[in-house]
Amino acid sequence: MPLAMPEPESRALVNRGALADALRRFLPAAAVIDDAPSLRAYESDAFTLYRQPPMLAVLPQTTAQVARILRLCGELGVKVVPRGAGTSLSGGALPLADGIILGMARFNRVLEVDYANRCAVVQPGVTNLAISQAVAAAGFHYAPDPSSQIACTIGGNVAENSGGVHCLKYGLTTNNLLGLEVVLMSGDVVRLGGKHLDPEGYDLMGVLTGSEGLLGVVTEVTVRILPRPASARALLIGFAGNEAAGDCVARIIAAGIVPGGLEMMDRPAIHAAEAFCQAGYPLDAEAILICELDGPPVEVDDLVVRVEAIARAAGAVSLKASASEEERLRFWAGRKAAFPAVGRISPDYICMDGTIPRKALPQVLARMAELSAKHGLRVANVFHAGDGNLHPLILFDANEPGEAERAEALGADILRLCVEVGGVLTGEHGVGVEKRDLMGTMFNEHDLDQQMRVKCAFDPDGRLNPGKVFPQLRRCAELGRLHVSGGRLPFPDLPRF
Amino acid sequence: MAQGLRPRDEGELQAALAWALAEGQPLALRGQGSKLGFGRPVAAGQVLDLSGLAGIVVYEPEELVLTAGPGTPLSEIEGLLSQHRQQLAFEPADYGAISGGPAGRQTLGGVIACNISGPRRVKAGAARDHLLGFKAVSGRAEAFKSGGRVVKNVTGYDLSKLMAGSHGTLAALSEVTLKVLPAPEATATVLLLGQDDRAAIAALAQAAGSPHEVSGLAHLPAAAAARSQAAQGRAMTAVRLEGPTPSVRHRADELVKLLARQGATLLLDAQASFGFWQEVRDVQSLLPADRQLWRLSLAPGAGPAVVAELARRLPALDYYYDWAGGLVWLALPPTEDAWHPAVRGAVASAGHATLLRAEAGVRAAVPVFQPQPPALAALSQRVKASFDPKGLLNPGRMHPGP
Repeated sequence: MPLAMPEPESRALVNRGALADALRRFLPAAAVIDDAPSLRAYESDAFTLYRQPPMLAVLPQTTAQVARILRLCGELGVKVVPRGAGTSLSGGALPLADGIILGMARFNRVLEVDYANRCAVVQPGVTNLAISQAVAAAGFHYAPDPSSQIACTIGGNVAENSGGVHCLKYGLTTNNLLGLEVVLMSGDVVRLGGKHLDPEGYDLMGVLTGSEGLLGVVTEVTVRILPRPASARALLIGFAGNEAAGDCVARIIAAGIVPGGLEMMDRPAIHAAEAFCQAGYPLDAEAILICELDGPPVEVDDLVVRVEAIARAAGAVSLKASASEEERLRFWAGRKAAFPAVGRISPDYICMDGTIPRKALPQVLARMAELSAKHGLRVANVFHAGDGNLHPLILFDANEPGEAERAEALGADILRLCVEVGGVLTGEHGVGVEKRDLMGTMFNEHDLDQQMRVKCAFDPDGRLNPGKVFPQLRRCAELGRLHVSGGRLPFPDLPRF
Repeated sequence: MAQGLRPRDEGELQAALAWALAEGQPLALRGQGSKLGFGRPVAAGQVLDLSGLAGIVVYEPEELVLTAGPGTPLSEIEGLLSQHRQQLAFEPADYGAISGGPAGRQTLGGVIACNISGPRRVKAGAARDHLLGFKAVSGRAEAFKSGGRVVKNVTGYDLSKLMAGSHGTLAALSEVTLKVLPAPEATATVLLLGQDDRAAIAALAQAAGSPHEVSGLAHLPAAAAARSQAAQGRAMTAVRLEGPTPSVRHRADELVKLLARQGATLLLDAQASFGFWQEVRDVQSLLPADRQLWRLSLAPGAGPAVVAELARRLPALDYYYDWAGGLVWLALPPTEDAWHPAVRGAVASAGHATLLRAEAGVRAAVPVFQPQPPALAALSQRVKASFDPKGLLNPGRMHPGP
């Protein structure tokens, strides 16, 4: 499917050589990449349906360098696409023909671990997992754990407001940040928050988190670190139908239990995972739940008994509680391997990411089966059941003419369905280019205009990662215009006092 | 009595703002007026009374979500939640009494606008962390929405974060959707007695760094402790535990063992614990009423040093710590400048200071909120203008000027 990106500007293209020269004046030669073979490494992120080599790739190492690069790009009319590890599943780091890739991988140092204040100060190119590793010896961890945590960077996590399987209890990235250093497109450097809670003034850190690289470039991150739970156990529960599994989730929540993780897989996902890694999943079940409870052993053991009773009442057909750490990890192994497992049974797949109200799950799965039949493509479902975040995996073969387009069309139908039942287009992968053109199903013109006005406050010339998130770019001058309609109150009965 | 408008639905709210925009008429936003003394005095001839946008629209306990109008009294929401053994986990404080308005009257909109939380902030987050989505009308008189009704949502910018803590200067809320959570089955508080500030904050850091999932970490030096209903005749360092009954019992035992190395300990039962944390949350009863009041948000470990520095410079310092030392409530004898150079000098780069109570003239003259460096102040001003270019909403509330 053709993807309409902003028309490349000739002024930027003409300035390519001048920009490379100017950059080399203050950056090491290896930090400015302009040869075609090397640039190909940046032509897509983990959303591989679209590819576009950037004009240049630039790899700064200091905040001052980032500020200078952004100022220079502003002067020469060049767009900037920030990139962490390139694990975005929505094309957030897809390059532009007339823009540079600003690669943040060299910002790779843990600057400070501060146990007295229970935080860590890190550079944005540090991987998510490396933060937890840096504090593990002292019994701490960084709670959000997206499944790409080995590779994805904390800077990317901030840009996408990444989640993970433990969100229901421990929150998303936005709930675990204390401070940011950010460079604006103007080259201004602002520090937001610090080691204290709650920002002074407007919560600009909050709006930057999840802004997909459109507002500023993060150059330093202060995260909260938490003591690791004393223990954890998981239950593996099989059900004869999706309704019963969904019902069990509702009952667990209604009983006042907030599990550390609550995951669901449907039959196709169960079979793919079991064939891949023999986790011991029940192959006769239509759906399984993995419910993880964490905390002190006395609490976990108590909750395991309660959840077992709830599961039986909800009609579980199989039920196992992990008796050892090894068994707990085995229950998770299948879920964690679900994506590669699906990759083995299908030449290609795309992973969707809608969120729905939990109660809509059976209805959504039934409708999804109809859509799957309509488009003639298989769908396997893994689902963060605790917080309603669906990950349907659409299986296709890119070598079959038309299948990629059908997969995208099916994905769009699934996301429209999520919105229709009261949910949203994306729970944790971001809008990027993937869901950009569906934004209108969730937001009207006023909603989107206000978001774009916030973008204008940060980046008035629209040079930072344009073509992402918003279906139609509008000029800031146009967005700023006020529409004043008469001084009379159209509601004459509006109470006045 | 000021003149004003009292819309009853989003349409009327939009009409009111369209009128204000056309007339260039600044508006002072108000719910029940419980926090009129919070922030700088607003320079507006007309009141926009949002108390008519009241009522719970949807509450789905099994989805952990509640939607209500901004004018809904918080007490109504908390009452309904408690019937279903759920709660607002951020434990919103009632600043009514300390900011000159009535106590027990605050509305949902006011809690969101001021991003208010309580002692559980350290574990559960602030109001901002529980605001899933909202509808509002901007200073451009445009109705818009952001977010949704689900916890996991990264669709578009998270404008909820901007609305929380904006003190009504960006848009007038018309509907608010919150994440709610199960209320804990049991609660208990371990008190460590007679510690000085440094030892107390170190003990709280130890508790916060333990795997015991603490949900409240406060230190009351002797003077503040003497005003508590749980007074023990000396300083009180308090750690709260919440959760399933066997777990709370177990963790309380473990914490007593941990803290007993440092001094005498005492266990407060659920009822005493509830009363104690309400005192810590609402401030009023723990500090003298006739003082100016500052709220410092600090790196928790920096708390004692900042207070010690202030004690050297200022007379009659009265204070206590919440959030493991990260929140300091400071009561000072009233002066024209509210001691702001000394307070902000002591805070320096460890966090920020807000003047929470002082007479209107003082709040008009002294920077109530932390002054920002120029680039940040300019960015904040551009964000403000993106919602409210004519400066109609609560002008002067956060900074002098529109």
